[in-house]
Amino acid sequence: MIERKLTIINNAGLHTRPAATIVKLASKYKCDFFLNKDGFHINGKSIIGVMTLAAEKGSEITLIFDGEDEEPASREIIDYFQRGFDEL
Amino acid sequence: MKTENENILKGIGAAPGIAVAKAFLYKKEKEEIADELVSDVEEALANLDIALEKSKKELRKIFSLAVDKLGEKRAAIFEAQIMILDDPILVTAIKERINKEKRIPEFIVNDEISKYTNLMNLSHEAFMKERSHDIEDIKNRIIRNLKKKKWKSRITSDVVVVTTTVSPSDTILFSRVNVKGYVTDFGGLTSHAAIVARSLNIPAVVGLHEATNRIKDGDLIIIDGFRGEVIINPDEEQHKIYDKKIERLHKQDVELDLMHGLQAETTDGREIQLLANLELTDEIEVILQSGAKGIGLVRTEQLFEEYEAFPDEEEQYNVYKIIAERIYPESVIIRSFDIGGDKVLPVDLKEPNPFLGWRGIRLMLDNPKMLKTQIRAILRASSHKNVKFMLPMIASICEVRSTKEIINECKAELKKEGKHFDNHMDVGIMIEVPSAAVLIKDFAEEVDFVSIGTNDLIQYLLAVDRGNEIVSSIYQEFHPSVVRTLNNIIQEGKKAKILVSMCGEMAADPVAVPLLVGFGIKSLSVSSSAIPLIKKVIRSLSYKELQPLVDECLALKTEKEINELLHKFYNSKLVNKIKNLYEA
Repeated sequence: MIERKLTIINNAGLHTRPAATIVKLASKYKCDFFLNKDGFHINGKSIIGVMTLAAEKGSEITLIFDGEDEEPASREIIDYFQRGFDEL
Repeated sequence: MKTENENILKGIGAAPGIAVAKAFLYKKEKEEIADELVSDVEEALANLDIALEKSKKELRKIFSLAVDKLGEKRAAIFEAQIMILDDPILVTAIKERINKEKRIPEFIVNDEISKYTNLMNLSHEAFMKERSHDIEDIKNRIIRNLKKKKWKSRITSDVVVVTTTVSPSDTILFSRVNVKGYVTDFGGLTSHAAIVARSLNIPAVVGLHEATNRIKDGDLIIIDGFRGEVIINPDEEQHKIYDKKIERLHKQDVELDLMHGLQAETTDGREIQLLANLELTDEIEVILQSGAKGIGLVRTEQLFEEYEAFPDEEEQYNVYKIIAERIYPESVIIRSFDIGGDKVLPVDLKEPNPFLGWRGIRLMLDNPKMLKTQIRAILRASSHKNVKFMLPMIASICEVRSTKEIINECKAELKKEGKHFDNHMDVGIMIEVPSAAVLIKDFAEEVDFVSIGTNDLIQYLLAVDRGNEIVSSIYQEFHPSVVRTLNNIIQEGKKAKILVSMCGEMAADPVAVPLLVGFGIKSLSVSSSAIPLIKKVIRSLSYKELQPLVDECLALKTEKEINELLHKFYNSKLVNKIKNLYEA
């Protein structure tokens, strides 16, 4: 299991477009993927779930990957967070 | 003395005819989602899949047309909405609950998705409230599609549909069954219910205000489209009166059938080409029986409603080909999709003023792929040289030229592919925007024919929303500006030697027809049910003798005077010749 705490760094925050992209990326992998924020535990393969997260700039989110391909999955998704969802 | 019968509702007679049948109350407003159990879980799950699939298709259809107009942010939301329909966590949760709890899918969908929107509404961020609306939107779409399926299975034949208003998609729902008539709370003569009822030759009474409150499901009702009346649970006396009326109507039908082989010709030998409007593809047989000299308007947008996804070239070609073949050797005018932004854009993006917005040729030219698909299909159906193509909502010459360029591209492609088509297919326009009426002389040099769409022309010329009951009384066919504009279009068309036709409601108004024939119009296109009546009117007129009437109408300054003059003419010269046709 890989657990990683990240900060949202783009101005618009985790809005609909990046939410959709995250779910698409996660769906490519077999491993489970969860997002934790303020006590909410959200399945990262569910677009409607990810959309319930109000994550503006500066907020912190913990990503949890668990499963056989957790290594490449975490690499790709964490990288997307660190690029500020390509909106920097 | 007997007081006014309390079981009679008065409205507007929007389509003639009389029917006696059970009422089918079609309620569309948001109902409570009942917490009911299902008897067949497998069926419920299948219905859910169908509703999800249908919602997906609807969204994709909207998305493909409007993507350029949505903006990046809205486009993303759209995409997310489509993804929600495939959301494995959500869909699995819903299905598991249906399996376990055996409740109806509507209830579970509502309950499950509301969990998420409730969470979003807890947030203090404004954008989360917006997002919650988007999710609400998709939830309502799924529920609507689940319910539609139910409505379909509930509608039985031989009923009068009683509802608030009839939308184009509702008519698709009803066209498959044998509906006996339409009764609506709202709407006027040009509402969708009215147009469809006339084309199907069934009665309609609209604008009754309280029909859906007063009439109960299963009530026996008499609908009188001549008088604009609906009788709820008629007593014996009322039954007797209407039995007699229906008998008389049958006799008239026989008389009108005799008109079938006769020409629509004035007493002094001027022939008017009397054509039929085609609303629904099934209608072609009715048109052939009506004695029409061809089809003056095919409203292809009906196809857009019929198909969940945008109909592809083959699907369209098959429809157009059948129409062209069945009507041969007469001709058919096929009009490009006249859809408006209100049909394409998502609810929250709807234009504040759709009639002045993104509709007709504007939307088509913004979606060249869709326009091309349609033009190719129409060209391919034109191989017997009896197909003409018409453009709706034309306001500027450049719209005609741009479309012609696309037509030429399509021709070049088809030639390369070795497909047959009419290389000289006539291209014409609707005259319904005042700017086109003003520029008629210039348009006449660009196109092969024009067809006056009176409903929109009047609404735009007088700046009156025809669907707005508050101002509908100033929607006037005989306003001097309308009368003079029509005359100008017809005269300029004559000079330019192009065919001028009319396909609006006015063409089917027996009071207006003497004026139109007097102007020298060559062609009228009306709903097939109106053909015998209009033919009879034309055959009672003398073009020469109409000229003083025409001159007087053109000189008058108020609608009231023109209206009175035309009614006087109608009552003195025509009414006894066509008596009993309209007043039963």
